Amino acid sequence: MMAAPMLEVRRISKSFGGTAVLRDVSVALPAGRITAVLGPNGSGKTTLNKILLGLVRPNHGHVLLNNQQVTGSDTYRARIGYMPQAPRFPEHLAARDVLQLVSSLRPHAPHMTLEQLIDAFDLASFVSRPLGVCSGGQRQRVNAAVALIFEPDVLILDEPTAGLDPVSSASLKDRIIAERAKGRAILITSHVLSELEELADDIVFLLDGTVRYCGSQSALRASTGGLSLERSIGALMQSSSIAIAPDTHRTSLHGTRTVEAQV
Amino acid sequence: MNSDRVADQVLTVPSRETFSPGMIGARPVTPRFALVVAVLRAQVAEIARNRWVLAHALVLAVLTEALYQLGGSAPRALSGLLNVVLLLVPLVTTVFGVVYWHTSREFTELLLAQPVPRRALWCGLYLGLATPLVAAFALGITLPLVLHRAVTPDVLPLLLSYLLAGSALTLSFAAIAMWIGAAQDDRLKALGLALAVWFITTVVYDGLVIWLATAYSDWPLEKPMLGFMFANPVDLARTGLMLRLDSAALMGYTGAVLSNVLGGPRGLFLSSLGLVFWIVLPAIAAARAFARKDF
Repeated sequence: MMAAPMLEVRRISKSFGGTAVLRDVSVALPAGRITAVLGPNGSGKTTLNKILLGLVRPNHGHVLLNNQQVTGSDTYRARIGYMPQAPRFPEHLAARDVLQLVSSLRPHAPHMTLEQLIDAFDLASFVSRPLGVCSGGQRQRVNAAVALIFEPDVLILDEPTAGLDPVSSASLKDRIIAERAKGRAILITSHVLSELEELADDIVFLLDGTVRYCGSQSALRASTGGLSLERSIGALMQSSSIAIAPDTHRTSLHGTRTVEAQV
Repeated sequence: MNSDRVADQVLTVPSRETFSPGMIGARPVTPRFALVVAVLRAQVAEIARNRWVLAHALVLAVLTEALYQLGGSAPRALSGLLNVVLLLVPLVTTVFGVVYWHTSREFTELLLAQPVPRRALWCGLYLGLATPLVAAFALGITLPLVLHRAVTPDVLPLLLSYLLAGSALTLSFAAIAMWIGAAQDDRLKALGLALAVWFITTVVYDGLVIWLATAYSDWPLEKPMLGFMFANPVDLARTGLMLRLDSAALMGYTGAVLSNVLGGPRGLFLSSLGLVFWIVLPAIAAARAFARKDF
């Protein structure tokens, strides 16, 4: 049985300057599952992430944490860890300074000491070095540490392995899987479909600001004849309408659209 | 419940076990002042090492030194610095503020994704931007005079007037820069807007006032002139400094009126109040824009 959604958006709509970016979107992130948000550029993935984080205010709809409305609040973000895509940290600050700053903004201390943190995220070689002279991979490791060290209940990861070498990338993916095992609700956006195929339990496919598919990865792939995730997504994009076996725990949400037709 | 209102009341840090969704809407966490200080410290540590801020301090120091060498005394050096302070400080502050806003936008978003009230974050970012710029200005014009041992008791009031006026202009234009940054996402348009604000407040506005004074020279313009002066922070700072430099005589009868209104302690209070207004007004507008902005 599927866990109750930990963080969700319900019937969200958002327009920028008259252009609708999200239309009546409902997405839930259940505990203990990894949900991948997919879609072409301009489909509304970033806006959805930002609405979940409170960086963008929806025109309509609500953000809920454990069924409590949190739209417009700031305290609920204590339950969320956010890893933005390739962040530009202040170039004169060191990783140590950034971790201390973020720690001072959170309601509770990290669950590990700085030394443990340095070991866990392999930061030792550059933790005191200005981030402006660190490599993209090193900055991404700091980025991951900022998101994960507070043991948040929800993780929002935007292109988490971008810029990482294969070893660091595999290590981060192992960590994400471990976080899922701890019962975290995890949302990932990534352009690397093989990575999502490996990690994601559920898929939310956005197109033109609407949810075109919301359900488990296995159901999506089964509905397209057992194709890989990449080919299944391709089939979704090519078809003017789709026939996906409804995934009851996901499509029961208000506003989630499951379009019935042929692939 | 308004989370901002209760933010300062709750000082205890809950454990993970005690932090429940029921607390949403309250802030059972760090007091807002501590959040502001944390952001301010990080921002100061970053901006104080920025090469443009260091260059700002260096240029002011070199100009002060050059004017001191040419004039031979601190009052003459400060007199020569008048237009430098009035033109350079708003220009550097506005342009640097807007550029820095856009450069640090992604990090600001990372901070916004933490459980921090937006207004507290804005205060930290604003003070963190303005403090190194004020320090650069103060060091730039003070250090050469201190090294020449030219800061005597009779020079001190004039130097303090410069420091206050320059700091007020920095605080005011830093708030304007953050207002522009929050209002305009396009980096080039924001930069153009910053330059336009600087040009209007430092050049166009004066030209307009002079044109009005010439066109309506037969009319008693002293009181409207006072109004015009208070309507622009650069003019307010200029008039205040000119009165301290005893240059009011250059402005004829208008100068006499200005000297009468702004010359004594009452005038100092009024002009200070005017500059405080020009700090608070853009700061409130910028904080509101930041609080309502979609990032």
